[in-house]
Amino acid sequence: MELVKDLMIILFTGILTENFILCKFYGICPFLGVSKTTDGAVGMGLAVTAVMIGASAVTYPIYHFVLVPLGIEYLNTICFILVIAALVQTVEMILKKHIPKLYKSLGVYLPLITTNCAVLGVTILNIDRGYSFIEALVNALAGGVGFLLVMVIFSAVRERISRCSVPKALEGTPITLIAASITSLSFVGFSGIVDGIFGG
Amino acid sequence: MSCMKEFTKGLIKENPSLVMLLGMCPTLAVTTMAANGLGMGLATTFVLVCSNLVISLLRKVIPDTVRLPCYIVMIAGFVTFVSIMLNAFLPELAEALGVFLSLITVNCIILGRAEMFASKNKVLPSVLDGLGMGLGFTLSLIIVGSLRELLGTGRIFGFDIAPDFIEPMTVFILPAGGFFTLGCVIAIVGAVTRKKPKDIGCESCPSRAVCKELAGKENV
Repeated sequence: MELVKDLMIILFTGILTENFILCKFYGICPFLGVSKTTDGAVGMGLAVTAVMIGASAVTYPIYHFVLVPLGIEYLNTICFILVIAALVQTVEMILKKHIPKLYKSLGVYLPLITTNCAVLGVTILNIDRGYSFIEALVNALAGGVGFLLVMVIFSAVRERISRCSVPKALEGTPITLIAASITSLSFVGFSGIVDGIFGG
Repeated sequence: MSCMKEFTKGLIKENPSLVMLLGMCPTLAVTTMAANGLGMGLATTFVLVCSNLVISLLRKVIPDTVRLPCYIVMIAGFVTFVSIMLNAFLPELAEALGVFLSLITVNCIILGRAEMFASKNKVLPSVLDGLGMGLGFTLSLIIVGSLRELLGTGRIFGFDIAPDFIEPMTVFILPAGGFFTLGCVIAIVGAVTRKKPKDIGCESCPSRAVCKELAGKENV
C-alpha cells in the first residue's frame, strides 16, 4: 500500500501542484504554438506524453546500469539526448520498412525530442529526485497528463480570446501570456491538495 | 563593418526572446531574481558562441541528413562543460538554475542560430552573431528578472530599492507572475518598435513540422 500511496502522490503532484507547463515552464513552445485548437492540443499532449514515458523508460536503465558503474554520471545530458534521438530514429526506420502506415503518424516525433524541454526535463528530473523505475514512469505519466490537461484547458481559453477585441499592443503573444498567467494562478489553488488527500 | 551588424542585430532589433519570441522556457523559469537571469543569460551566451564557432567551422564536413543530431551532441557537450564549471565555482547559481542548466541543450535559440546562421556563414560572423544573440538574451532575462524581483520582493540584484513605497507582491515571483511580466514586456517592446504583433518564433524550430501537422496547416 505504501508504494501505491507514493505513486499516487507523485501522480497528483505532477498533474496538479507541479504542473509541467504552468509551474515548471517545460514545453512552453508547443504550449503557445499548438494550443489554438482543441484538436491540436490533444494531439500534441498525447504525443508528448508518449515520448516522455518512452524516454524515461530508456534513460533509467542507461543511467543506473551504464553511467553510474562507470562513474560518468556528469555525461547524462549528452547521453540522454543521444540515446532518445537514436531510439526514435531506429523505431522510425523499422516502422518505415514494416508498418508504413504507423510510420506516417510517428515520424513526427524525432524533432520533438530535440527541442522540447519537457522530454529531456523529465528524464533529468527522474535522476535528480532519485526515483525508482516505477516512480520514474509514473512521474513521466503525470507530467504528460498534466501537459495534456493544461493544453486542452488553454485551447478553450484561447478560443474565447480569439472572439474578443483585445487592445492592439496586446494582440498575439502578449495576451496569450497574460491569459496563461491567469490560468497558472488558478492552479495555485491546488497547492496543498495532495497533502490533504494523502496525508503528506 | 558588416560584421558589427551581425553583433548588434541580436541585442535589440532581433532580440531572441522579446522580439523573435524564442527560448520562452528559461525566460519564464529562471527570472524570479535578476541575478539568476544574468547567470542563465551568460551561461547560454557561452554555449551559443562555442556552438556557433564549431558548427561554422564544420559546416562543410557535416552531412546535411544527420546535421540535427550532430548539432545537438555538440551543444550538449558545451552545456555539460558549463554545468560542471558552474557546479564547481558558483554552486549557488547552479542550484538556483537547477534542471534548466541542463535544459540549455534544448533551448531553441541555440539550435535556431545553428540552423539559420552558423551552418551557412563564415566563422567570424557566426561568433559575433552568437555573442550578440546571447547578450540580447541576457539583457531580456535581466529586464524580466529585475521587474519580477522588484515587484515581488522590492529588490533588484538583492539590493533593497524601494522598501517604503513598493509593497512586495509575492505573485510576481510565482509562475503566474512570470507569464504576466513577460507578456507585458513583450507588449511594450512591440508597441515601442511598432512591429506587427508576432506569433511565437517557430521559423527556426525543428519541431515546426510536428506542430503544423498537429494543429492543422492554417493554424501555425
